[in-house]
Amino acid sequence: MRRRDAHSARTAWLVVAGLVAFMLVLAGCGSSDDDNGGSGGEELQQLGKGEGEVDLISWAGYVEPEWTKPFEQKTGCKVNNKVGGTSDEMVQLMRTGEYDGVSASGNASARLVDGGDVDPVNVDLVPNYETIFSDLKDQPYNTFDGKPYGIPHGRGANLLMWNSDEVKPAPDSWDVMLDPKVAAKYKGKISAYDDPIYIADAAVYLMTHEPDLGIENPYALNDEQFEAAVDLLKEQRANVGEYWSEAAKQISAFANGDATVGTTWQYQYFALQEEGDPVAASPASQGFLPKEGATGWSDTWMISSTAKHPNCMYMWMDWIVEPKVNAEVAEFFGEAPAQSLSCDQTADKNFCEKYHADNPAFWERVYYWETPVADCGNGNDDCKDYNEWVQAWTTIKG
Amino acid sequence: MAAEAVAGKRSVGHRLAGLFQGRPRLQVGTLLAGPVGWLVVGYLGSLAVLLVTAFWSVDALSGEVIQGFGLENFEALFEEPVYRDIVGRTVGVAALVTLTDAILAFPIAFYMAKVASRRGTAILVVAILLPLWSSYLVKVLAWRTMLSNDGIVNWALEPFGLHGPGYGIVAVWLVMSYLWLPYMILPIYAGLERIPNSLISASEDLGAHPLTTFRRVILPLSFPAVVAGSIFTFSLTLGDYITPRLVSNDQFIGNVIFNNITNNQPFAAALAIVPIVVMIAYLLVARKLGAFEHV
Repeated sequence: MRRRDAHSARTAWLVVAGLVAFMLVLAGCGSSDDDNGGSGGEELQQLGKGEGEVDLISWAGYVEPEWTKPFEQKTGCKVNNKVGGTSDEMVQLMRTGEYDGVSASGNASARLVDGGDVDPVNVDLVPNYETIFSDLKDQPYNTFDGKPYGIPHGRGANLLMWNSDEVKPAPDSWDVMLDPKVAAKYKGKISAYDDPIYIADAAVYLMTHEPDLGIENPYALNDEQFEAAVDLLKEQRANVGEYWSEAAKQISAFANGDATVGTTWQYQYFALQEEGDPVAASPASQGFLPKEGATGWSDTWMISSTAKHPNCMYMWMDWIVEPKVNAEVAEFFGEAPAQSLSCDQTADKNFCEKYHADNPAFWERVYYWETPVADCGNGNDDCKDYNEWVQAWTTIKG
Repeated sequence: MAAEAVAGKRSVGHRLAGLFQGRPRLQVGTLLAGPVGWLVVGYLGSLAVLLVTAFWSVDALSGEVIQGFGLENFEALFEEPVYRDIVGRTVGVAALVTLTDAILAFPIAFYMAKVASRRGTAILVVAILLPLWSSYLVKVLAWRTMLSNDGIVNWALEPFGLHGPGYGIVAVWLVMSYLWLPYMILPIYAGLERIPNSLISASEDLGAHPLTTFRRVILPLSFPAVVAGSIFTFSLTLGDYITPRLVSNDQFIGNVIFNNITNNQPFAAALAIVPIVVMIAYLLVARKLGAFEHV
């Protein structure tokens, strides 16, 4: 009996050793081939006939039967959709080259352009582009080297929300979350966004409160600026009740009294209000945002450089910003539409006003998500890239 | 013609039968080729590929994976104290959950195996299996609601002037202990059932105190079953990342892997090696304690 044990143990070790050897050989042999630098392909010159289908990657709620069925009937392009949970996941999926297009947020778009995964868009082939809100065109997250790389889809801001029964007087600054002294009052009841990009929220706060740091862009932070933002969030950590990443998680936290103040999307704010929960957000007198401004997102449909169905993808990009469709999408998801003509098409006539779609002054104070890269954009090259943001986020949460 | 064809077919079958006749190794080999191949390629192969990735790195600008041997991922893992904290927290909670489940499961399993009537045992087995039929996520979310500030736990404790644990590491321990309890009860029950009642009677007849019987007879004989159960509870806790995410702010190994999997796969792969190493160490210790001797 013991002999057999010893024998099988030896076999087990041999298998393990064999696997390790195999691994090391594979790891050593792997070549570092960079097949695509950010060369950027050519945009489509002429729209041809649809290819019969289109493969999309999108945020949940962006591609729904209500507006894909009519699209399929009109163009004959069958829509195959894959939902991406995060910007990182979308970049990963686009790198497979299996998809025609993606609804990229600003913290994915630069990575896709850098990796050569997407092509510029010929906006002449997208008639509805003409009437898109002009402050969404030609932005650093959708236009590179002067070329438009996508069609704006919609946008939202990260609001300050609080429980109006518990938080008095109404705050006009992010200090209720970020100034350790003020925030201590709500210790254990603060709801912060669970993503490395949240470091930018601290940077926005520091732009006003520590001007000596010289932060110009909350997504381009050098060593000193980055460290200040990270330290601020490490101090905040002690006061945070919960980090949220799914909207539903934050809604339940506010509804059940686990959170009294937090950073939120318009979607959660209106959902809680509809439920009759006592929540409030920055009022019109403050421009709907805390005095420091806020971060936000603006999404863009981009076309893959290896798209197998480019014609259908162009038809899709035009369809999604068609006034009626863009209104439907925006109301379904809870964000401001990109199409200026959509405001007449929404079911809720006050929708565009509620979401500030047609209020450029509001969006001027919103810093849309961008991908942090080493190139600071001001000639310096010492900014922290996204990988360092991810690592820092782990140390912030501890 | 037809007769010839039948004869031809039969001869193929005959030839095959002849090939296998008297060759037990070939018989077994053919029988096992499929499942073993699946195990080696599907499980071990993909595991090996995952581990290879741990030595690669990521291009800072485009985020693309660079294939080439390097140890920087492991250096980061050892040098940054936060990862040590996270590993310590994960292993600590896994150990605590295992201990809690063992203490809770043993009496239940003993009752089922040695005390309850056959009918009672059947009812208890169903009762233990029943929670496994509902979704994992539903159970965690139910706990999330129960532990919330306005939840039933605080409501029940309020008259005594107490306050529930709220979200945090205690909540993770509670929820995990709840989730994995059946995986501890069932192996212990199976193990206890295999102990002949005559051994327990003999111990009693020889005048042993019930505690002595438990310590000297029942526990040693059922120890392998407890270890088998503990492997489930320990490894399931080690790998879970959804419960910590829903009822706490604390990061476990799985959460950090999740955060890195999309933008830095090599680092995530390096992290994935940690639970594998912990599990190997755990099995070696279990072996040292003699857990596999009476199997």
